Amino acid sequence: MGKMPLWADAILVPLISLLLAAFFSAIVILGIGENPVEAFNLMVDGALKRSAGWGYTLYYTTNYIFTGLAVAVAFHARLFNIGGEGQAMIGGVGVALVCLYIPWPHWTLAIIGASTAAALFGAAWAFIPAYLQAKRGSHIVITTIMFNYIAFSVLGYLLVEVLRPTGQMDPASASFPEATHLPNFHEMFAPEGSRMFRGAPANVTFFLSLLACVFVWVLIWKTRLGYDIRSFGFSETAAKYAGTSPVRITVIAMLISGALAGMMSVNTTLGESERLILNSTEGAGFVGIAVALMGRNHPIGILMAALLFGFLAQGGAELALWTDIPRELIVVIQALVILFTGALDNMVRMPLERLFLSFSRKENA
Amino acid sequence: MDFLTLLQVLDSSVRLAVPLLLACLAGLYSERAGIFDIGLEGKMLAAAFAAGAFAAVSGSVWVGLIAGIGASMILSLLHGVASITFRGNQLISGVAINMLAAGMTVLIAQDWFQQGGRTPSLLTEGRMSPINLPFADMFESIPLFGPTYSELISGHSLIVYVAFAFVPLTWWILYRTRFGLRLRAVGENPASVDTAGVSVIRLRFTAVLICGALCGVAGAYLATGLQAGFIKDMTAGRGFIALAALIFAKWRPWYALWACLLFGLLQALAVRFQSIEIGGVVIPVQLMEALPFILTVVILAGFVGRAIPPRAGGEPYVKER
Repeated sequence: MGKMPLWADAILVPLISLLLAAFFSAIVILGIGENPVEAFNLMVDGALKRSAGWGYTLYYTTNYIFTGLAVAVAFHARLFNIGGEGQAMIGGVGVALVCLYIPWPHWTLAIIGASTAAALFGAAWAFIPAYLQAKRGSHIVITTIMFNYIAFSVLGYLLVEVLRPTGQMDPASASFPEATHLPNFHEMFAPEGSRMFRGAPANVTFFLSLLACVFVWVLIWKTRLGYDIRSFGFSETAAKYAGTSPVRITVIAMLISGALAGMMSVNTTLGESERLILNSTEGAGFVGIAVALMGRNHPIGILMAALLFGFLAQGGAELALWTDIPRELIVVIQALVILFTGALDNMVRMPLERLFLSFSRKENA
Repeated sequence: MDFLTLLQVLDSSVRLAVPLLLACLAGLYSERAGIFDIGLEGKMLAAAFAAGAFAAVSGSVWVGLIAGIGASMILSLLHGVASITFRGNQLISGVAINMLAAGMTVLIAQDWFQQGGRTPSLLTEGRMSPINLPFADMFESIPLFGPTYSELISGHSLIVYVAFAFVPLTWWILYRTRFGLRLRAVGENPASVDTAGVSVIRLRFTAVLICGALCGVAGAYLATGLQAGFIKDMTAGRGFIALAALIFAKWRPWYALWACLLFGLLQALAVRFQSIEIGGVVIPVQLMEALPFILTVVILAGFVGRAIPPRAGGEPYVKER
């Protein structure tokens, strides 16, 4: 097969896939009797034109950066981690335990403690599927899916039976103490008396997610471990001959993946709800798959894809608020993006490759 | 637990096992042909919605059933195009189908019925009616056998009996027909089937479409048999439990039946007893709900015997030139 230039592979293919997904999304919107152009305008309006909209968009972006990076790190080792959802839920348990039972004097310390706990809990939840895949050959896709459901039950049990304060009806933990509350964008960036970012949940965790991007870039492309992970993903047998232990790489890659997914809960649990609630992940674990696919498993790509999905999430919420279109439209759009950028990737790639091949032939002739 | 309670639990086990069994057999055809399908959940959900919606509009359960099968087969076709024609990643395709179904069902339900993403409740004609087997009333007075016959065996809808009949049928198709032989071969070594002059692509598409049809029946049973209408996310992980049962059964039809009945029993117990006390220790309902999933992990880990999937599963077939 012919080779495509790098820019075509990294930008043109995802862009065309994205346009296809957008086209079919427009058809879906038409199908339920709404105007796609109006819907799009409303989404842009609600997600990008006001500072509060940006505050929500960046809040969702933060979640998707973490889960996208989580999926990507596993992907580099050719492991398909569908368990981001469960790992984030259990990460949230870590955050809650640390924030409820340790008296943090200041949020700067609390965020370090919470991040560590979230990463540890998330990694621990990913460890079992990783170990079973490496040692017993059970399929990681199925086990991580099962662990999503088990995590949901564990969380339900903890919230109903253990962490719920007496006399409270809804399944949620007590609120975290005042000292742990993270500064949000309004407190950080709005000048005195300004309404900028008011009421929006974006908070300091966004910068933590940017740090995570840098961390993953360094890890995957600048360290020996990253090299091992990539070579393992490229060819397991070759890596084995080169002396890399498959068990070690599988477990380590999944631990990092689970830790990143778990850290998403710093944003949702500590940054937003400020207590542990039942459904704080809101499918972000699955969106991470789309984000990683679109971002071609590279932190910069993931950052951009996460922004796009953050925009979709906030725009969709806005649509649901002002029109009859339910929020689920966003799930449909996300599914279409996964379909076209992931499963139907070759549908775009194969004709493009042929096109580039015919061009290069002409040049040579 | 007295005898009647036991019978009632077993009765609801059977009811709850039926959608699992149909989806499990659906997965069996697909995966035996080398196409992994984690989209069982989404197909069932789409079918449940289509069945609920069309049964509500037309007032006929059969129209609903056909609509359900149709909806599920369209998604199957999509999976086939992605994973067979364009050699895409079957797992990613499955994830996309699950999300697509989860979103589309609510979206369309809201557009058509404006009831917050559900279909109207089905009246009698829109639902699958129970079939009373002959002599059910007559035998009732006989101890043990009578109640067993009239409670447990009789009084289910047609789909239940069809689902159970599909177990021996599937066994026969897989192991006693030429089609079955080729189907199994294409999941183990597609090149050999290709060499024999049989189209790998056609065989795999056939398998995927059979899978879609069976998932369609499973979904239709959920919305018109088990419950009266479609509600948001009503499959509630059944597609994944069916997948688990398939692995538990090591991709064999008779074992699939027992695995699905076991998972059905677990679900029935979780529904009936919110918390169970065994020897002074209260088992929380969440553990009961998670039990099928935990069991699957244990089985997958090979502690209850090794499950070896079809060898060519998950890999697109590229004809060598």
